[in-house]
Amino acid sequence: MSDDRKRTIEKRPWSITRRAVLASGSAVGALAAFGLKTPAMAQETTPAAPAAFLPRVLVSFAVNGVTQDIDLDPRTSLLDALRETIGLTGTKKGCDHGQCGACTVHVDGRRVASCLTLAAQVADREITTIEGLGDDEALHPMQQAFIDHDALQCGYCTPGQIMAAVACVHEGHAGSEAEIREYMSGNICRCGAYPGIVAAIRNAAQVMEG
Amino acid sequence: MTKTVQLHSYALSRRSFLITAGSLGVAVAFGGLLRDASGAAVAPAVKGNYRPNAWVTIAGDGMVTIMSPASEMGQGIMTTLPLLIAEDMDADWDSVRIVQAPSDAESYGNPGFYGIQLTGGSESTRGYYDLLRLIGAQTRKVILASGADMLNVPVSELATETSRVVHAQSGRSLSFGEIAANGALPDPLPQATEADLKPSDQWRYIGRRDIPRVDVPSKVDGTAIYGMDVQLPDMLYGAVLRAPVQGERPEVIDDAEARAVSGVTHIVPLSYGVGIIGETVEATTRAKDLLNVTWSTSSRVRAYTSDRLLEQYRSVGRDLSQAGVEAFAESDAEAAVTGAATVIEADYMSDLVYHATMEPMNATALVTGDTVEIWAPTQGPTGTQGFAAEVVGTTPDKVKVNTTLLGGGFGRKAEADFIVDAVSLAREAEGRPVKVIWSREDDVRHDKFRPLEAQHIQVGLDDDGNIVGWRHRIVADSIFARTMPDLFESQGGHDDVVTEGAHFNYAVPAHRIDYIRQNNGLDIGFWFAVGVGYTRFGIECVLDEVAAAKGADPVQLRLELLRDQPRARKVVETVAKMAEWDRERDGRAVGVAYSDAFGTHCAQVAEVSLNLQTGMIRVHKVWCAVDPGVAIQPLHIEGMMIVGITNGTSHALFEQINIIDGEVQEGNFDTYRVIRMSEAPDIEVAVVPTLGSPVGGMGQVGLPPVGPAIANAVARLTGGVRLRHYPFLPERVLEALNA
Repeated sequence: MSDDRKRTIEKRPWSITRRAVLASGSAVGALAAFGLKTPAMAQETTPAAPAAFLPRVLVSFAVNGVTQDIDLDPRTSLLDALRETIGLTGTKKGCDHGQCGACTVHVDGRRVASCLTLAAQVADREITTIEGLGDDEALHPMQQAFIDHDALQCGYCTPGQIMAAVACVHEGHAGSEAEIREYMSGNICRCGAYPGIVAAIRNAAQVMEG
Repeated sequence: MTKTVQLHSYALSRRSFLITAGSLGVAVAFGGLLRDASGAAVAPAVKGNYRPNAWVTIAGDGMVTIMSPASEMGQGIMTTLPLLIAEDMDADWDSVRIVQAPSDAESYGNPGFYGIQLTGGSESTRGYYDLLRLIGAQTRKVILASGADMLNVPVSELATETSRVVHAQSGRSLSFGEIAANGALPDPLPQATEADLKPSDQWRYIGRRDIPRVDVPSKVDGTAIYGMDVQLPDMLYGAVLRAPVQGERPEVIDDAEARAVSGVTHIVPLSYGVGIIGETVEATTRAKDLLNVTWSTSSRVRAYTSDRLLEQYRSVGRDLSQAGVEAFAESDAEAAVTGAATVIEADYMSDLVYHATMEPMNATALVTGDTVEIWAPTQGPTGTQGFAAEVVGTTPDKVKVNTTLLGGGFGRKAEADFIVDAVSLAREAEGRPVKVIWSREDDVRHDKFRPLEAQHIQVGLDDDGNIVGWRHRIVADSIFARTMPDLFESQGGHDDVVTEGAHFNYAVPAHRIDYIRQNNGLDIGFWFAVGVGYTRFGIECVLDEVAAAKGADPVQLRLELLRDQPRARKVVETVAKMAEWDRERDGRAVGVAYSDAFGTHCAQVAEVSLNLQTGMIRVHKVWCAVDPGVAIQPLHIEGMMIVGITNGTSHALFEQINIIDGEVQEGNFDTYRVIRMSEAPDIEVAVVPTLGSPVGGMGQVGLPPVGPAIANAVARLTGGVRLRHYPFLPERVLEALNA
């Protein structure tokens, strides 16, 4: 490690650490930084009384080939039902407004934004999520292509990208790079792994179409 | 000993190598978190009891478990750092299992980062490199000593192959597993020095392209566990309604309707908002919408309107009578500029930008008495311990942080606000874990944006167009003033992360950098490449203005100014060749930019076209050459360059947060535009390491050059129209074209 380098480290401590902040005696400052002021809350915390009326709805649909009979708050989105009720967290919550594509799943083979879909709307439908795309033996060709083409970084958008990509191929929209880019533009990858995603889809499309 | 490894001799305390029973505690295994049959919150303890140090455990079956100390947010760090240990201990990479280290700065802190666990600043590989290679070498020496004892031969007669100790003379050998199962740890444990490191010509893993990232398989099959995916038995959900303007407090909370929502268990007034705890996401979301809060109106942030302030910052930058805090000075730049034959002078500006991690802020906390356990996608476990302890009124050692995978970080998850939420609510629901989830709108409106800033640059030229002096004034809010107030004060009011990148390696005879702090109350924070993202914008664009003034080619001018720097010249020459710099392009032009920030040399060329009617820029392709010194994982380096270039293009063209009277105007991806697949450039990366150089940072390196390369390309395409304000929105482009 050169002296230069060492100096850089010493000079540029970008951290929000208790050690750094508190060692210099500014605990209060640190708390203020996050909006926490010790003296007092606006009022005391009280537990809420249980509501008298608890509307529920019983919904049945198949997820990755397994029938799920679930008792839900009717406001529950398909996304939250999958993640929080059924426990399949592979489908991701990104924006909850159909803007980012992270929550893409297949309903009867077609891609949908599960955040904009109420669970109650998909009664008796077949849902496929990232967990059900491959089988016990092997990954789906699209999953494998994402690995082969280094098509992800943080990976949070990846399940949605893969589900959208499979649908994109099935829809016949993977004919050229430009077409793939257009029909995949509903799925944001903040890491910008777009070149790898496009390459993965081109490659997987060939495999899928035999 | 090759030149590749340049180490200070580490004073490795014996303590860090002692096998302290239980010091590893129960590790959180990657991918398998929370999924064991019992539903317990943690994965099984690391198997095996042969532990040469806190980092490595070897099991009888040969499985080598290595701790990964840093936060994995896509940069591949949980592969890179353990690989360094595996290299020098000669482990078989196929037998390595990687485990996310628990929050324990004493064992796993970054020596290059105050010894704490905080992933950021492109400091992980740089900071841990020497230490982890030494850890690997020390582990190998421990294994060799045990093996010598078992084979009853002198240790000097032994060698290692992958996960094997070999005695060539007798033809006998022992696997690491056999040694772990049957051998005893030597007492005292041998120590390692620089002399024990493997020379670069014997590296098995460093520099290989074909070693995959260990985090990838779980990310394509949906089993990866991010903070958002944490599920614990008996878990409650939390949401926080924050004040619409930072700094305001709830004065009256009418929660009658919210409280009536079925499934809501607690309404928790906080100093900065109102928390809701409930049995389901739907309950907390609904209740949050139904809260009726009267907020205070005293926050000074109400006077914050970003457009107006940026104009003000610009004026401050141009007013040379206002002195700044000196960030760097070499010779008398003011005199040199004043006495110059020609002065090139320009303002460069950038708007506030939002992090937009794909995984919104979230954290899960469990408070039990005076202990806290946290599961979070955090860049800073050590800081998290401190803040959680403050909230609960305990000590940091009573706080355990389980770092999950991060769905993007970019500096946002170095903050603790979302963790403070979770701990504050979990304290109210003591004994039950609470998972707090921010909505995308919460995430946009309550981000810690990159500072609003304006720069004023003056470059003095002599009669031949040679640079005689360079003055650079940066006018911006401060990050350190909020996060490290005492450091900020001790540096005389300087914030070197805000001015980062202003100091360059071009040969100019006189150079001065000033920082003029603005303070309008808004919390701002660390963003991808932080200051370098805009300082290099100004520098690289002004350099092209200098080139135009003296009729020089931009590539040649840079090579001239980098004449004594072979590594810098190499990346500039490489990228010019890749992009066929001199080739004429019909309706398109190329621009170049270079950066030496983070200890890594990176040059890029962008090819653009421009719709003169709409003002829309299209970036067709970006070429990139990068020299990180040691290229530990070349394929991952390419990936990181792609991240930087794509995000850099996005922020240069589109990204903008507008604040009016303290309220953020954007709320989701419909109003905060980030680049999409149809808009993203093709990217070609060449990794050109220089063996024998120190290892450079990687995470943020790709972003800074792309914006100025785009602006420089537009100038070359339009006969000199300069874009000086990020982002290059169509209306700004049209305005520049018509000026």
